[in-house]
Amino acid sequence: MERRKLEKKNPELKKKRQAENVPMTIDNTRAYDPSMVTVPSGLHPKSTILAEFSARSKSTVPIKESSTVGSSEPSGSKVTQDPNPAPPPAVPAEFMDPEHAADIANDPFAAYFDPDSERDPSEPPKVLITTSPYATAPTWAFCDELVGVFPGAQFFKRKKKSFRSNAPPLGTIAGWAVKRGYSSLIVVNEDHHKPNALTMIHLPAGPTAYFKLTSVELTREIYGHARASPHYPELVLNNFVTRLGHAVGRMFQTLFPPMPEFEGRQVVTLHNQRDFLFFRRHRYMFKSTERTALQEIGPRFTLKLRSLKTGLPSNNPLGAPMKPLEMAKEDEEPEQQYPHIVEEVAKSEDNGEAGNSGGEDEEAEEESARVEKEETKRDEKKGARKGEEFAWAWNPRMDFKKRNFYL
Amino acid sequence: MQSDDVIWEIVGKSHCSFRVKVPEKNQQFCRNAYNLTGICNKRDCPLANSRYATVREREGVIYLYTKTIERAHLPSKMWERVPLPNNYMKALEMIDSELLYWPDYMIHRCKQRITKITQYLIKMRRMKLSNAPKVVPIKKKLDRREARREAKALRAAHIEKAIEKELIERLKTKAYGDQPLNVNEDIWKQILDAEKGKEKLDAELEDEDELDEEHELEEEEEWDGREFVSDDSESEFGGLSDLEDMEPAQDDEEGKSNDDGSEEEGDTDSPRRKRPPKTSLGKRKAVDDAKRPRKRVARVEVEYEEEQELVDPEKESIPSW
Repeated sequence: MERRKLEKKNPELKKKRQAENVPMTIDNTRAYDPSMVTVPSGLHPKSTILAEFSARSKSTVPIKESSTVGSSEPSGSKVTQDPNPAPPPAVPAEFMDPEHAADIANDPFAAYFDPDSERDPSEPPKVLITTSPYATAPTWAFCDELVGVFPGAQFFKRKKKSFRSNAPPLGTIAGWAVKRGYSSLIVVNEDHHKPNALTMIHLPAGPTAYFKLTSVELTREIYGHARASPHYPELVLNNFVTRLGHAVGRMFQTLFPPMPEFEGRQVVTLHNQRDFLFFRRHRYMFKSTERTALQEIGPRFTLKLRSLKTGLPSNNPLGAPMKPLEMAKEDEEPEQQYPHIVEEVAKSEDNGEAGNSGGEDEEAEEESARVEKEETKRDEKKGARKGEEFAWAWNPRMDFKKRNFYL
Repeated sequence: MQSDDVIWEIVGKSHCSFRVKVPEKNQQFCRNAYNLTGICNKRDCPLANSRYATVREREGVIYLYTKTIERAHLPSKMWERVPLPNNYMKALEMIDSELLYWPDYMIHRCKQRITKITQYLIKMRRMKLSNAPKVVPIKKKLDRREARREAKALRAAHIEKAIEKELIERLKTKAYGDQPLNVNEDIWKQILDAEKGKEKLDAELEDEDELDEEHELEEEEEWDGREFVSDDSESEFGGLSDLEDMEPAQDDEEGKSNDDGSEEEGDTDSPRRKRPPKTSLGKRKAVDDAKRPRKRVARVEVEYEEEQELVDPEKESIPSW
């Protein structure tokens, strides 16, 4: 009570007290990640992230905190757009990880962000929306909503298995979409009659992002919802900080036309909080210079990134072509068929034997082959078929540390 | 001393941790991995038989496991493992050779196992070829944890506030351009005014450092409108009336600069700017060019910069006041 009285008289005291006692939240005490590109906003004063950034380089250039990745207009975007070096990055070049520079050089979204391309900026990028095989009405309803969200979208139901052919896999469908000029493919996965996952595939050869989809609310379920208009929306991408986050944010950008129609006053937001991406769609109106009125349109859902693969979904699970069948020779002993067991046995024997010296070379080869095998095995364990490579994959052990976030 | 009967007395009749009973069918199963058939009876029990053989598969390779009484006292080395060849026929032959003189029942069961294992391995490989969807188990605990975290993240996000903040920032940084279509006129004017006010403040801050220069400039300005004219050219300028015009010449200058300013803006919608007060004079009013009659007189038009020295009259540092 006393403090309150004092502070009423002197508001400076309150400011001082608030500045000294900043509460620690999960967000403002976030763990440092070397792949951070933009500095997260609203850091706690004791947070070491800024220190880590300046430790990367010896210059004393102050770093500004920025919360948004970019808008749909190229001029306002804070994300470095390649290949033009002109727009400045959110973090000065000195702080940038060399891997980030490599990422920029090999950007899969270059075609969308290239200002010199012949694409008509008023034309929306074509998006193909499907479902997993044998989906049901709730998923179709969600897909219809998505068609309204993305201006260039079209929805097709998944082709079923027929007498003459198998149900075409995702890889085949991606191939067809590329041929027909689609720039993205969205697949809504269904489980127990509910949409539960979303795959975003950027088409020409782009990354495949697999998200867990939760908290889906359709337009009609939102009380007091606004009506959407066909205008191209603005984009707001909040809190994307790491390289992975930026990749996801930019992937989302490529689903929308680059030049928004501001007279429509529609915003589509993808807000990242603790690795959960909240999708919202609003109509806005500036009530004054400090206040905006927002009315929600359209579907509301939450995404959580589960994996990001660098290529398209693989069509042929075997990847490399099969070796021609070799019939087992009758003379072959079991040793020839199980060299790795033979190696283990040989190791335990004396070194003087002739078989060992030949075995050493084989060992080296075996090792490199084994390492490759391990890597592919690891990827396979995560769920990649042969020919697919994970850029990032989630596993439950990542959840144990509460302050590690990846986006 | 190893005695199978004794073991069976205990394990088979009283308690065995590997046994699973199915009361409806009156059936007993054995969960021991080495069991040949999976059923709990004396013939198939791997614990109660000192001579035993099984076939098991590991990572695509089929092995034959044998247990003999000679190794009964060495539990860690009890089972001898031999990998069987990939070729099905050869594998059968190998079993025959390894289990030579063993009971037919065991050989037969081992061969049956090989057959079954080979068949399911083939099926697994074929299934991998077909792009069947990957079936992933539902982990309730994980789902619950994630749902909780999502709810907390949502509460921490303050999404609508963040969106509002971002939109207003875009408006203020003029990301929408000079004539935005998504703002009310009044609000846009307010923003522009606020900007000008800010500019003025910035300019004032700069001016504090440049007082002397200002003073000099001031004097020059006062002189700029006034010219020293000889007697000959007096008629051109029209005598006293000129002087009347000359004094408010500074008005003209400002009016001109104002015009320039308004022309620069190019927008008819933009409001008439409130001109900043000049130091040497009192309040200035915005005067329309149309209202003030201008004599057409040969004049030297001099352009002045918009941002003129402005000294806050309230500053005590200026003694000349």
